[in-house]
Amino acid sequence: MQTFQEIVSNLKSYWAENGCVIQEPFDVEVGAGTMCPETFLRVLGADPYRVAYVQPSRRPADGRYGENPNRLYKHMQLQVILKPAPDDVVELYLKSLEAIGIDLRRHDLKLEEDNWESPTLGAWGIGWQVMLDGLEVTQFTYFQQCGGIDLEVVPAELTYGLERLTAFLQNVDSIYDIKWNEDWDYRHVRFQDEQQYSVYNFEKADVSTVWQEFDLHEGECQRLLDEYRSLENSSEKRRFPLLAAYDRVLKCSHLFNTLAARGAISVTERVAVIARVRKLAVGLAQSWMDQQATLKSEDPAEVAGQ
Amino acid sequence: MKSQEFLLEIGAEEIPHWMIPGALRDLERGFLAALEDANLCQGVEAASEATPRRLVLVANGVADRQADREETLKGPPRRVAFDAEGKPTKAAQGFAKRAGVGVENLEAGGDGRLLAKRLVKGRSTSEILAEVLPAVILGIHFPKTMYWRGKSGARFIRPIRSLLALLNGEVVSFEIERVRSGNRTFGHRRLGSEEITVSDAESLREQLRAGFVILSPDERRQRIEREAAAALPAGKRVRPNPDLLETLVYLTEYPTAIAGAFDAGYLELPPEILETVMLHHQKYFAVEDEDGKLAAHFVAVANLDGDPDGVIRQGHERVLRARFSDAQFFWETDQKKLLGERVEDLKLVTFQARLGSYHDKMLRNQELVVGLAEAAGGLSSEEVEQAQRAAELAKCDLTTEMVGEFPELQGIIGGIYADVQGESNEVANAIYDHYKPEGAHESLPRGRIGQIAAVADKLDTLGGLFRLGMIPSGSKDPFALRRAAYGIILIVVRGELPLTINTLSSLADAGDNTAGLREFFLERLRHFLREERGFKYDEINAVLAAADDDPRDVVARCEAIAKVRPTENFEPLAVSFKRIKNILRQAGGIEQFDGKLVDESLLESGSEAELFRTFEELRPRVAEHKGRGDYVSALAVIASLRPPVDLFFDEVLVMAKEEGVRQNRLTFLAQLLREFSTIADFAEIVSA
Repeated sequence: MQTFQEIVSNLKSYWAENGCVIQEPFDVEVGAGTMCPETFLRVLGADPYRVAYVQPSRRPADGRYGENPNRLYKHMQLQVILKPAPDDVVELYLKSLEAIGIDLRRHDLKLEEDNWESPTLGAWGIGWQVMLDGLEVTQFTYFQQCGGIDLEVVPAELTYGLERLTAFLQNVDSIYDIKWNEDWDYRHVRFQDEQQYSVYNFEKADVSTVWQEFDLHEGECQRLLDEYRSLENSSEKRRFPLLAAYDRVLKCSHLFNTLAARGAISVTERVAVIARVRKLAVGLAQSWMDQQATLKSEDPAEVAGQ
Repeated sequence: MKSQEFLLEIGAEEIPHWMIPGALRDLERGFLAALEDANLCQGVEAASEATPRRLVLVANGVADRQADREETLKGPPRRVAFDAEGKPTKAAQGFAKRAGVGVENLEAGGDGRLLAKRLVKGRSTSEILAEVLPAVILGIHFPKTMYWRGKSGARFIRPIRSLLALLNGEVVSFEIERVRSGNRTFGHRRLGSEEITVSDAESLREQLRAGFVILSPDERRQRIEREAAAALPAGKRVRPNPDLLETLVYLTEYPTAIAGAFDAGYLELPPEILETVMLHHQKYFAVEDEDGKLAAHFVAVANLDGDPDGVIRQGHERVLRARFSDAQFFWETDQKKLLGERVEDLKLVTFQARLGSYHDKMLRNQELVVGLAEAAGGLSSEEVEQAQRAAELAKCDLTTEMVGEFPELQGIIGGIYADVQGESNEVANAIYDHYKPEGAHESLPRGRIGQIAAVADKLDTLGGLFRLGMIPSGSKDPFALRRAAYGIILIVVRGELPLTINTLSSLADAGDNTAGLREFFLERLRHFLREERGFKYDEINAVLAAADDDPRDVVARCEAIAKVRPTENFEPLAVSFKRIKNILRQAGGIEQFDGKLVDESLLESGSEAELFRTFEELRPRVAEHKGRGDYVSALAVIASLRPPVDLFFDEVLVMAKEEGVRQNRLTFLAQLLREFSTIADFAEIVSA
């Protein structure tokens, strides 16, 4: 039987063999692997890229104090981006399941329509949820738009739910019974994490403090975006810290999720706050495109190639 | 010319199941239209079949080429084409050359110009198909499309990965997004071969079958039904669900039914919850005993040839167990707080920013219940109290865990909880039903209490949003106001709830937009009459022009018109009524004759006096039938007016010279029109 870490390692090896950069998790809180710069920014523009990474994904409202066998505040996603999507991308994906020992001639696999959308990121795509014997194990998306920008090249995004996939392979009913390695189970590694963050998100988070944090990050991000837009000198543009501004977008998104879990955002406020984060994300994506174009236009190799 | 078989297969990544039947219809239509444009349509029969990964079209009787045809070109006038000696000039030679015929073959046309007739050879069908197929394929309409090469690329529902096109076994060659058509296809993703070479439709079917793909949806449907029955233990049967069956037919290439079981302890949960999990979330069939009770079994349909080790069954059972255990947890948690104790919590749930919380809405709903009950009449004070209680509790399930997890069960969960928490049957049913009917084919709320509560909830939503000016336009209707108004119309008409549109519009409290709301209801009523009842436009217009306030009465009058319309006197009489209406309009409008009396002494003897006598005789009979609601008989009596009306118009000049006679005549016609236009305004009828 493969342990959790063996499954992760086998999937990473498989995608490494298929030309992916194996990245490490991004170090700002995110709700999904899509939000990491390695996806959100890399899918913009025409340059090819292939990357795979595990991303711990925090969703405060999904926390269950470590008591629910199927739900987690923080779950692990394996995120794969193939840009452009190769013609045999579905087949490549199926082979990744076979690489972790799933015999697809003995298991029921269906691709069921599920179009992914992230209003906060101004992003959406067309695709499926991949159902394995009735269990959703992967979200498969052909990105169409990101940061409000129609994508020049269509990437395929594969998002594996690692806990579910492992529970399936290890044939256990509870995520907490997953064997992480030979000696320790998932409960041992992560239970306190789940419990304490549930307590924080549902009971202890100070609403006014979290709002202040939100406002601060929003302000800092907006300040940077405004400054970038005012730049005329292209050498200043090229070194401008848009990546740091993007961190703030992610902070805002996570703080919004924390406030929502805390019950501090009404249904109508919700729409307005999503619009605020979206505005930052869209502004950032546009500036990023501009910065990339600036970098290219002064790259001698590019100029020579034209 | 030979007639041949054309075979087309579009190989795509998994197409959403619910779009496939529509896509096939579109493909056939587009293909035949393209053939028609090329004059190749005659005698062609097309049929189509599909799996999630392929759309297949087979056409028989396709000619191998277009018929040759003769084309006539017009040239210069004869007098400039030949010189004095009758020899062809440069003009004639040039024309003959352009037309590709010899000068000696030029003919003279009737208008004095030269004509050249030439034969145009028909093009080969293969060549034409190669040109038109990309547009036919990409012209298939899908509700939501994607591009997969890049933003200027082709759009389709999912990426196209292979194309097979054969005309009588020969490849019809074309390309879409770097995929070139050929004679190859592929089998099932894991059981079949990656490459299958095909010569015709029959070999496609056979080789796909060998590759574990059943091309025929009918056959997959039968296989699912047969296998599902066989997979279950004796005494158990699948609870039929045609929608789920269609879903599974188009989610699989090689369906196999797999029966599984769950812990019977979960049967203590309400069957609605269990069914929602099984049907909607997991796409499993529910199973019942011989007595129709839900059993602790389910049937999943795999896209595979079997499950020899039972691993697929175990997988499905594990997923279902997790889902049911969640539901059970929600159920237990929810019961710790009664619905009645959740009323205060509704203050925290926003209904709409400017319309306040669900608590505010609940208070308004309660008030509406009272107003509606009063207007409809026939409810005891105890029943009104029950309807108010239902309105008070109806939204409380929004604060439960169960509805948080299964939002599609709102209302239903409230009804179930009310029942187990000791509310009366009437109250529990009214809560359970208060979102009904969500469409024309859905059941109505059971009983008057439920109907009143359901109408109140919808009417408050309509009134509130109209008051704010948030009126649906075009495809934008975020609060589903059309459905809400339609639901009210359905309850009033089918549930025979005596409420008028005026009453509804004024109770709704729509402020400045009360008239707009009234129009909105009328629009929904028209929709119902047209789409659900199939009445013709002019019949609906005629009935509504006479009176539009009472939807039930409108329906009764439409039914009568539709019934009487085919009788011989009806449409001619309608024409005469239209004539009367025009005469009165030209005379300054019907209103000016209101209150005037007909002076019998001024009537012309003969057809005018005769018409008046008939009118006087028919009037009480029409009134009597109408009074009893027997519109068919009333209309039949009115229709019998046709012969004297015809005679009148044949013999009498309405606009008599003498003022008194003319005014009296107009007064008479006005009276006749008024009197007999209360069931329908016949002038609106468009005769064939």
